[in-house]
Amino acid sequence: MLTQIDTPSQTLPKVMSGAEVVIQAMIDQGVEVIFGYPGGAVLPLYDALHQQNKIRHILVRHEQAAVHAAEGYARSTGKVGCVLVTSGPGATNVVTGIADAMLDSIPLVVLTGQVPTHLIGNDAFQEADTTGITRPVTKHNYLVTSADRMAETIHDAFYVARSGRPGPVVVDLPKDTQQSETSVYTGPKNEVHRTYRPQTVPDAEAISQAVDLLMTAKRPIIYAGGGVINSGSEASKTLTELVDVTGMPITNTLMALGATPASHPNFLGMLGMHGTYEANLAMYHCDVMLNVGARFDDRITGKIDEFSPKSKKIHIDIDPSSINKTILVDLPIIADAGQALAAILAEWKARKAKLVLDDWWAQIETWRAKKCLAYAQEKGAAEIRPQHAIKRFFELTKGRKDVYVSTEVGQHQMWAAQYIGFERPNQWLTSGGLGTMGYGLPAAIGAQIAHPEALCVDVAGEASILMNIQELSTAAQYKLNVKVFIINNQWMGMVRQWQQLLHGGRYSNSYSESLPDFVKLAEAFGGTGIRATQESELDAAIKQMIETPGFVLFDCCVRKDENCFPMIPSGKPHYQMLLSAEEDLEAAIQGDGKALV
Amino acid sequence: MEQRTFSVIVNNEPGVLAKVVGLFTGRGYNISSLTVSEIDPSQSVSRITICSSGTSQVLEQIKAQLDRIVPVHRVSDLTVEGPSVERELALVKVSGAGDKRVESLRSAEIFGAKVVDSGLSHFTFELTGKPSKIDAFVEIMQPLGLSELSRTGVAALSRGAEAL
Repeated sequence: MLTQIDTPSQTLPKVMSGAEVVIQAMIDQGVEVIFGYPGGAVLPLYDALHQQNKIRHILVRHEQAAVHAAEGYARSTGKVGCVLVTSGPGATNVVTGIADAMLDSIPLVVLTGQVPTHLIGNDAFQEADTTGITRPVTKHNYLVTSADRMAETIHDAFYVARSGRPGPVVVDLPKDTQQSETSVYTGPKNEVHRTYRPQTVPDAEAISQAVDLLMTAKRPIIYAGGGVINSGSEASKTLTELVDVTGMPITNTLMALGATPASHPNFLGMLGMHGTYEANLAMYHCDVMLNVGARFDDRITGKIDEFSPKSKKIHIDIDPSSINKTILVDLPIIADAGQALAAILAEWKARKAKLVLDDWWAQIETWRAKKCLAYAQEKGAAEIRPQHAIKRFFELTKGRKDVYVSTEVGQHQMWAAQYIGFERPNQWLTSGGLGTMGYGLPAAIGAQIAHPEALCVDVAGEASILMNIQELSTAAQYKLNVKVFIINNQWMGMVRQWQQLLHGGRYSNSYSESLPDFVKLAEAFGGTGIRATQESELDAAIKQMIETPGFVLFDCCVRKDENCFPMIPSGKPHYQMLLSAEEDLEAAIQGDGKALV
Repeated sequence: MEQRTFSVIVNNEPGVLAKVVGLFTGRGYNISSLTVSEIDPSQSVSRITICSSGTSQVLEQIKAQLDRIVPVHRVSDLTVEGPSVERELALVKVSGAGDKRVESLRSAEIFGAKVVDSGLSHFTFELTGKPSKIDAFVEIMQPLGLSELSRTGVAALSRGAEAL
């Protein structure tokens, strides 16, 4: 949805430098925070930043982390995240973060310095072809070649980043354009964009057909994705109301956790490769599927030609290229998720439609009765089960409304998705599409900057956390209360799990050798370190982590060889889900499945 | 596999062609012909004409993916959206002497090709037509001493009074 910009630009001096124009344009876009790292090609911008007090700059310790922090900020606020880095290595270091934001549709404006225009193409010091390198991983990018075009370009970048399916936008700013003077400043305009005008309002006929289809359903399911979160918190409310009114079951993707409250009785949990038994089987057996804002990702579908074979599929997406990309659907609706849901809800109410789903729910309850997320944790055991550690964290923070959880990538991420119940949107920050280890700590920092009083926790693995551990220094500098909850099993757990199940137990390079002492590491950075190794210590340690001011690293030493279940083996359909390691997984994954990731 | 011709109206700005071509390489789509030129200098608008092949699902994807590129104004699938005119221009150099040289000139006349350069031991023909016509001409010239070939790729417009 388009955000209305109502901050008028002040009376401006007639002549400004390009750098001043950039800062003014960002202020007019409502930017309050920018994450960045200075360098030669952005010195004029840093100078302009220094001479104002509307935009706060957060100095990270590595440019990749600036992007993840901006993602955490954007995801937890619904605003556009902003990044400022220098040319060359500054720009190449942001590529991973930008690709991450691209795959998860996070709105970002990334400003990169560039060598002066007359040096472009000369292999100048700290020169990289930033627009060329970032083209495939950005929604759009710009190279500004004149200070006169600066304001217009920045405003366009913000419009593109947040409109339609959101995404990252790079603006490459040669140093001379930052320094040269211009008298051209225009504020944000509300006029129609010349080329990019995504459809947000659903076609009324399609909505009517969707309700027709839903009314005939005996075994319906709603499958909601990140598009609901991106649409704004109103969309989540509408979605929940639609679930209440229709009585349909709902499952959310990894990106959509929190779009419906996890405590809602109709919520079946996350679906997909490590989703719940009931969610995946309901997807397989349903007769009408309402996909809202999800993209039939390969982690969701499993084997394509056996994906939900008996269902009529309605697909609401703001991006027409998501329609029929992998799964052919019966009724596409191109629209903003929130607007489409509101239209369906209104139509449903107008028709006084009603579904009788008793048989369907009875069937679902038999799947639920499997208790696919059960694990065996004995009280007072010498070992802590990783699932238990995460579940206890959830239970000990359950009443709080201000808990933001980010993750790194791997087993702990899936366990966090399975065992932490999110009641609201925008409180779950995870790298879904790209699967970027090192995402969680900077994302938690970004969320903490946006919500200084909130509890921002990075559920991490001991391997992932080392990928951006330097950001503890950022947490120290800004006195952030970020908590890092390390589920330490001394392995790259998901890699180890696949090696165990698919590669004959040959654990090639997946052991986390030579780990640091995380308690001392926390202290070295100026924070607090905690360690627990036994079940009896767990609750007290979690409470200590939450209550200790400043940043905390909690080294939670867990059982080393726990695997993440349920699991749909690669290349298998939903009904061939495995619930425990006792089932013969290697036999289950053969041929083509082995080549899949 | 189906063949399609897409007409893509874009802002004539740096990087737009790279973005379009990168889409095809990045997503593994086929591209058999690509032409691009500015068509409205006052508005800085260019037309890119792309011939591609694939399954109908892939071709639908290509159109949707092209359409979501920010500086793209409009994408038309000329093959699906009704009849269209497709033309290509070729320059064909035929080198040799004697009977073959005479024969190449005669064949060129039949095809309606123009001689745009000639010398005692060569002709360069200019031929415009459907790609299949140019294929046929090239095939005939091959044994007659075809020594160099340059083809523009397909330019296309929809038939009828309507404009994009």
